[in-house]
Amino acid sequence: MTTAPKAIRSLRMPEPDNPPALPQDRLQRLWAWGMAASGMSYVWRPSTIEGIRQILTYASAMGIPVGLRGAGRSYGDASLNSEGICLDITRMNRILDWDPTTGIIRVEPGVTIGQLWQYVIEDGWWPSVVPGTMFPTVAGCVAMNVHGKNQFKAGTIGDHVLEFELMLADGTVRRCNREEDAELFHAAIGSFGMLGCFTSLTLDLKRVHSGFLRVEPIAAHNLGEMLAIMETRRSAADYLVAWVDCFARGGSLGRGLIHQANYLAPGEDPFPAQSLCVQNQELPDTFLFGLVPKAVMWRLMKPFVNPPGMRLVNLGKYLAGLRQSGKTFYETHAAFAFLLDYVPSWKNAYLPGGLIQYQVFIPHTNAEAFFREQLTLCQKAGLVPFLGVLKRHRPDDFLMSYLVDGWSLALDFKVTPRNRQRLWDLCAKMDAMAMDAGGRFYFAKDLTLSKPWRDRFLSEERVQRFLELKHKLDPQNLLQTDLYRRVFGTRPS
Amino acid sequence: MKPTWKHALIIGASSGIGAQLARKLARSGCRVALIARRTELLDELVQEINGQSPAPIAIAYPHDVVHYDEVPGLFQQICRDLGGLDLVIYAAGIMPAIGEDEFNFSKDRAIIEVNVLGAIAWLNEAAVRFLRAGEGTIVGISSVAGDRGRRGNPVYCASKAALATYLEALRNRLARHGVAVVTIKPGPVDTPMTAGQRLPLMIPAERAAAAILAAAARRVHTAYVPGIWRPIMFIIRNIPSRIFRKLNL
Repeated sequence: MTTAPKAIRSLRMPEPDNPPALPQDRLQRLWAWGMAASGMSYVWRPSTIEGIRQILTYASAMGIPVGLRGAGRSYGDASLNSEGICLDITRMNRILDWDPTTGIIRVEPGVTIGQLWQYVIEDGWWPSVVPGTMFPTVAGCVAMNVHGKNQFKAGTIGDHVLEFELMLADGTVRRCNREEDAELFHAAIGSFGMLGCFTSLTLDLKRVHSGFLRVEPIAAHNLGEMLAIMETRRSAADYLVAWVDCFARGGSLGRGLIHQANYLAPGEDPFPAQSLCVQNQELPDTFLFGLVPKAVMWRLMKPFVNPPGMRLVNLGKYLAGLRQSGKTFYETHAAFAFLLDYVPSWKNAYLPGGLIQYQVFIPHTNAEAFFREQLTLCQKAGLVPFLGVLKRHRPDDFLMSYLVDGWSLALDFKVTPRNRQRLWDLCAKMDAMAMDAGGRFYFAKDLTLSKPWRDRFLSEERVQRFLELKHKLDPQNLLQTDLYRRVFGTRPS
Repeated sequence: MKPTWKHALIIGASSGIGAQLARKLARSGCRVALIARRTELLDELVQEINGQSPAPIAIAYPHDVVHYDEVPGLFQQICRDLGGLDLVIYAAGIMPAIGEDEFNFSKDRAIIEVNVLGAIAWLNEAAVRFLRAGEGTIVGISSVAGDRGRRGNPVYCASKAALATYLEALRNRLARHGVAVVTIKPGPVDTPMTAGQRLPLMIPAERAAAAILAAAARRVHTAYVPGIWRPIMFIIRNIPSRIFRKLNL
């Protein structure tokens, strides 16, 4: 006998005579990961598909928008829904099905990238695409269609989604793959949670024959050299990423250190079972000979997180890179992939204003000139990024694609109360430059893009298709975030 | 430091101090939600403010503060409409004329309902929100009348004393969460509430509003408006009761 699902606590429908009120005890301040934006939301964390449906029904009856949130790891406001309901899917974190012979896994939306690799690695598999941190949820990654250091070769995470189930705003669930409901499949991936809530996702993984990658650092003396080296090595590399010293000027503009990594061939690692063991992959939680917990490291970083300090750090890193250049070493998958997780809570070193990351994707032919101009503009404005990361990219076939056959340079800017307006003005200038260079923007990082650029970046036709689909699937405009309102419209009255 | 309020809510905004606060905040670029019972006056004020602003900056919410059940939903609606909330000012208040030997329970109850219970209903909502946000400013307009129990209007004095005590308790609760609670004690202010009365040291509502916002920006605990009332009330508070009851204050 089946029983009716129990209603989630505090989903009380509005009193007919009074304005609808959400329960006060659900109110929380939620932050963008970069901590340069926050919003007050009423948060629910359902643990079942029925729970998601109940919240959507409740929000629909209340007429209050719902924002979907995974681990809240987007730098900007992609997971914020200020003054509305936040549907946090992190408690839906079970592995539903795993086939170690085919490398196909089906997971609930709140499973994190960390959970995913730890579950599969001992069977000789690794996620085909991972971002620079293991803490985002799979649903969050697919909603933003994230990429990794192998985007030029493996594509985005969306390219490795075989199928998903998506709950629409009205509570119906649609199963989508490349054959069945293909339009929605290509639209929902990368549509930042505006078309529905993933309730399960099926991914294909990458077979690996060792827990190690062969990594070669290569120093580049300037931007031109860096782009040329990366372009030459692209066909032979499995992963390719470069750190850029954004403080360097003149002939050294854009200098930095490239890391090329490759999977090991079968038999190359004599003890694969050992290297594929989770405990041998995990990042160390101490430093200085194991004496100091890494949890305090951001406090030691804080005195350096200012322009003179970071100029020094960048110079030191570059000089150290010159010594390392050409010296191949072996590194675990986790250590290579999750650089951002080396220092826990490192973003706290940017407090109180937090940070933004500005990342645009520029076609190959315009990339060098654009990045030169971009770095020079930042330096002239006195707002030098503390970190720059260069990657090679290829296009994909998703509706809301941000990718081009070209390059991206991700730039970390410290936000302070004094520089905030200047920084936003600088970003607006860079937006205009990027548009002229045929650039595209990445919603997982963005906090500054304004509505006028939207149509030029995505093309009016794509925007129209997206909005038509959204209207069809979510006529009440129930699914919203601060990002959506900022770039796609205002809150309906 | 100059106040950086972007979203403010004023309860009791249709006239007097509340209306002047609304004008001043709107002029500084702050979006304002204005609550009052008198719809026509409220609409006029909103039109006036929005007429002087390049974009609509004021929103009217007709509401009687004694309709306590409406408060949670309306408060949330306002936060959604404004897109946030930094400042809440409770300026609603009534002071009906009371005869020298009049003891009228219905008038007294109305005073308590508007001046105290209405404030608690609205400011409790603000308190929860600001506590969770870890920031925000709450301003309550009490009165110098709350410093002593005067013979002229016992329940009005009691209501303002209750409001001041409530605000003090709120301040003590919320200070550790980064929330400022400011008690304003105005002397006589030239508003419709005091129309036709001859009162000492009366100031225009505009001046009172400027002083209130300055005090809120400085996050002072208690501000007398104008400041001259602080020493005056210090003296009055310390007059022995036996003497005070013989004075016609």
